[in-house]
Amino acid sequence: MAHAHHDHDSAGKYYVPHASHWPIVGSIALFITMFGASQWLNNGISSMFWVGILCVLGLFFGWFRDVINESVAGTYNQAVDRSFRMGMMWFIFSEVMFFAAFFGALYYARNIAQPWLSGQGVKFANTLLWQNFTGGWPSNGPAKLGGEFEVIPAFSLPAVNTMILLTSGVTLTIAHHALKENKRGILNLFLALTFLLGFLFVYLQSTEYAEAYHELNLKLSSGIYGSTFFMLTGFHGLHVTIGAIMLTVIWLRSMKGHFSSENHFGFEAVAWYWHFVDVVWLGLFIFVYWL
Amino acid sequence: MSASHTHDTHAAGHDDHGPMKGWRRWFYATNHKDIGSMYLIFSLVMFLTGGLMAMFIRAELLYPGTQVLDPGTFNSMTTMHALIMVFGAVMPAFTGLANWMIPLQVGAPDMALPRMNNFSFWILPFAFGMLLLTLLVPGGSPAGGWTLYPPLVLQTGDAFPMAVFAVHLMGASSIMGAINVIVTIMNMRAPGMTLLKMPLFVWTWLITAYLLIAVMPVLAGAVTMLLTDHYFGTSFFNAAGGGDPVMFQHIFWFFGHPEVYIMILPAFGVVSEIIPTFSRKPLFGYDAMVYATASIAFLSFIVWAHHMFTTGMPLVGEMFFMLSTMLIAIPTGVKVFNWTATMWKGSISFETPMLFALSFLFLFTIGGFSGLMLAIAPADFQYHDTYFVVAHFHYVLVPGAVFSIMAATYYWLPKWTGHMYNEKMGKLHFWLSTIFVNVLFFPQHFLGLAGMPRRIPDYSTQFADWNFVSSIGGFCFGLTQLLFVYNIISCVRGGVKASDKVWDDASPQGLEWTVSSPAPYHSFEVPPEVK
Repeated sequence: MAHAHHDHDSAGKYYVPHASHWPIVGSIALFITMFGASQWLNNGISSMFWVGILCVLGLFFGWFRDVINESVAGTYNQAVDRSFRMGMMWFIFSEVMFFAAFFGALYYARNIAQPWLSGQGVKFANTLLWQNFTGGWPSNGPAKLGGEFEVIPAFSLPAVNTMILLTSGVTLTIAHHALKENKRGILNLFLALTFLLGFLFVYLQSTEYAEAYHELNLKLSSGIYGSTFFMLTGFHGLHVTIGAIMLTVIWLRSMKGHFSSENHFGFEAVAWYWHFVDVVWLGLFIFVYWL
Repeated sequence: MSASHTHDTHAAGHDDHGPMKGWRRWFYATNHKDIGSMYLIFSLVMFLTGGLMAMFIRAELLYPGTQVLDPGTFNSMTTMHALIMVFGAVMPAFTGLANWMIPLQVGAPDMALPRMNNFSFWILPFAFGMLLLTLLVPGGSPAGGWTLYPPLVLQTGDAFPMAVFAVHLMGASSIMGAINVIVTIMNMRAPGMTLLKMPLFVWTWLITAYLLIAVMPVLAGAVTMLLTDHYFGTSFFNAAGGGDPVMFQHIFWFFGHPEVYIMILPAFGVVSEIIPTFSRKPLFGYDAMVYATASIAFLSFIVWAHHMFTTGMPLVGEMFFMLSTMLIAIPTGVKVFNWTATMWKGSISFETPMLFALSFLFLFTIGGFSGLMLAIAPADFQYHDTYFVVAHFHYVLVPGAVFSIMAATYYWLPKWTGHMYNEKMGKLHFWLSTIFVNVLFFPQHFLGLAGMPRRIPDYSTQFADWNFVSSIGGFCFGLTQLLFVYNIISCVRGGVKASDKVWDDASPQGLEWTVSSPAPYHSFEVPPEVK
């Protein structure tokens, strides 16, 4: 209790970090990536994009390395920890809203656009353009874009994937409890199980995509069904991949002896993120595959 | 309490360094004041850039016929003007004000996440660099309107992915900025500052930040769907594939209407700070102001389709969105009433910030009333996409949002720089701005009611007179803003010393007036006690 204001934990000794070059490096890296992506789409030249991606990866590596070093050195106090927690929760909320846009598109396409195109309510599109279109779901629209296709039944591979993700949620919780009780062996084992399940999910998802493209003729360009199916599952798969990589990093850190039973924000942030992708999957399983 | 003991020992000794020397101070910044200043300067540059585009628009519309711009460039100018003013001028200006003032007003040493703060700023120059680069690429810059409606926007040339990615970057910047604001407010208030003791500017920003995090990702989703429709064969907005172009409008305006309040709620906060100070009375109905702000934010999520009354919706939809939109008049009315009641029997003085705040009160209310007219679905069929709409949203955005930013600048500039600005020049800036903003936008109501469509470079000669008046008002309003720039620059460089309270005879309330002018590099290293 060497400091006079120890009771003002909320702001009194708030750690204001020293200057850092990572934000400006990050801005430049993002610009190179995005400008490179435009070049790729416009001219088919992808080199700038990949340079940008390398810069972004370097940015993540460098910025997180600095932050981890500061954390291990004990620089952050409880107030800073609270800021990190709040920041992560609001970031996850922003991700929820990003997925909400695509779920909203799925809802609109199925429950509003399809009935209109098939002649309910406002009849113009049906009577003037596509008189024989009867709607229904799955649909690639009145012009049958992409040709006939089949869908992936919910209670096949997707159900297995559901079990895998739900199980990974359980193993992660076991790891968290082990961390709180300082049982490092169980922690490391169950963390490893969690990210292995995550990568297994991604692998199975890729086999599902391969089946869709090669055997079912279900493609990104298969009308609105293909659009919503691949964009929703694709963005989710991307998030699972990122989450599994984050879990791997957390596992490597945990093997090095990082995190204590009281102080492990990095672990918890990744755990929240993992539960978030889990919940999004449940939404996908119900609304994209099942119903 | 061993935990807090160890935490305390580590945290000492980081806060006593001053600014870094040279360019590193700005590029590597973690200080909320430096980052706030960069936001404000960036916003001013964008305001002048977007303003220059508006000058080209008004030059073209000075006379009937096409003289200055070819129609494609004209459409580019309206599109870019809007994107730059919304995302480059107004939003960063409020974020700059938030950066400067929220730590000072809640008694915190800095923003909660200073490095992310700098990241969210530095993304912006690159995002707008990319957006402005589209002026040079084959096919020209986006010209389908800032609302980016498909299928029109899908005809954009090489500029298309650049504009989409620029929007993604702006969104990332806004989300990070908003997270920082919420965390700072929720975690770093001085002891004793309960939620209902926070200054109104802090309250309005808290709610704005929530709106930003809720809707910027939705915009990102919408433009991503545009991108995949254009390049990867998806059918989100293609009826032949079972999609619907109208769906884009729904998703866009689910973002777009809260976005409108993102640009005006902090303005409400600014005005709620300034009017009590110069009326020498506490704000009338503080709690009601907070609840009204929250109500407006809630309503903003259920009114979006009033932007789409003419695009096709079931009757019950038209009714719902008409009535929910009219509901907004209630909390907004509470606010206007409370500002007026604050001045009632007050001892009012008319310094430049107060003049701008008063002008805000009158002229924003005009914009609010024309909004009510537009909310009436059957009447909107007549007004839709006419200059009446242009007049409406420019009244709420220019003498609304922009005037509040100017009021805030004059109000807090002495606290930032330690010098008083030139009051005479400030008053001149106010009077010229207020007169010419009305010359500029009021005639557009008449043009719209007479049927002049928006986003058209040429027009029937019956609209010539009021367009001429409007353009003259536009040029004069544009030139007047150079006074503002000059006044700011000279205030930064020197001037009469400002006292700690700055507005001594008005004795302004709030923690920002308890620190020296200019405010010390690190705000509150020891948190003040709030009673």
